[in-house]
Amino acid sequence: MANIERPLSPHLQIYKPQITMVTSITHRITGVALAGGTLLLAWWLIAAAAGPESYETVNAFMSSWFGRLVLFGFTWALFFHLCNGIRHLFWDAGKGFELPAMRKSGIVAIVMSVVLTLLTWVIAYGMGG
Amino acid sequence: MVELALPKNSRVGTGKTHPKPEGATNTKAFNVYRWSPDDGENPAIDTYHVDLDDCGPMILDGLIKIKNEIDPTLTFRRSCREGICGSCAMNINGTNTLACTKGMDEVDGDVNIYPLPHQPVVKDLVPDLTNFYAQYASIKPWMQTQTPPPPDRERLQSKEDRAKLDGLYECILCACCSTSCPSYWWNSDRFLGPAVLLQAYRWLADSRDENTGERLDELEDPFRLYRCHTIMNCANTCPKGLNPAKAIAEIKKMMLERR
Repeated sequence: MANIERPLSPHLQIYKPQITMVTSITHRITGVALAGGTLLLAWWLIAAAAGPESYETVNAFMSSWFGRLVLFGFTWALFFHLCNGIRHLFWDAGKGFELPAMRKSGIVAIVMSVVLTLLTWVIAYGMGG
Repeated sequence: MVELALPKNSRVGTGKTHPKPEGATNTKAFNVYRWSPDDGENPAIDTYHVDLDDCGPMILDGLIKIKNEIDPTLTFRRSCREGICGSCAMNINGTNTLACTKGMDEVDGDVNIYPLPHQPVVKDLVPDLTNFYAQYASIKPWMQTQTPPPPDRERLQSKEDRAKLDGLYECILCACCSTSCPSYWWNSDRFLGPAVLLQAYRWLADSRDENTGERLDELEDPFRLYRCHTIMNCANTCPKGLNPAKAIAEIKKMMLERR
């Protein structure tokens, strides 16, 4: 028996996605995205310190449709990570583990992240794009 | 280690489709994971049709009917057929559960059955749970005491202290939760997993156990305990309705409180 190379049973391929599982992996992915977003922020600050020309280069990128898309994603990643992070704070205190509460808080985190992102962008555009 | 894809020898192909039973009008298709150590082939999905008008109400009844009447080579574990032994734990339509307590009517359409996820396969639906049992043994799942027992009676417990074990003692160690946990999939060599941690908490929470400090020392490890990221697949899938994630959170709280 020891010499047989046994197959590994399927896992991610067959497991049914559930809201708690999806918010968990999204938390991690947005965490990584935030590190990338922070680099973007640092680039912007360094450019601002370096002078008007380099600042203009960064501004041109940020104002392009692609730059805006990246910033929009960054905003959503920030708000999702924030909202879901609050769930984690409750769990660390041993609260909110009942299954209905778990599902509800997951939905709230997703909805709030979208609402806050849209609100931020509406306000930002309202203040002059 | 995170490995999203299956190793080459584990990729699942299409297998045989057995014909529908003659004269049956009310059938359900069972797509079942098959692998045999004897032929050197990759795993494959075989399809069987079960006559629901001539079969018990549970998924396990369907599997037993297939084994008895269609294909005696189909291999799976089962014993009590009433959700207390934990033998027939398997993945049914995407979540882990006991085939004996899962009703046919709970599954819409075809029934897709795989062994418990991310385990070495012994044959068909039988996973090798050696590592799981070794991890269970590692937490010393028995009462440990320093003081001698009372000379005239057993160690007693108040009703309140006994109530702390509710939601813990009911665990039947079927491994549904541990094998549903992505953290356990990637780190089962070092992370103890939800079932074993729930058991660890069962002894930490027992007022009669006197080795709490040492038990916590054993768990104080970035992997053994802290690979739990509250993904919650464990509590979602537990066929006994227990909440291992909650028990793990209680252990983490005990770690903080003793600092």
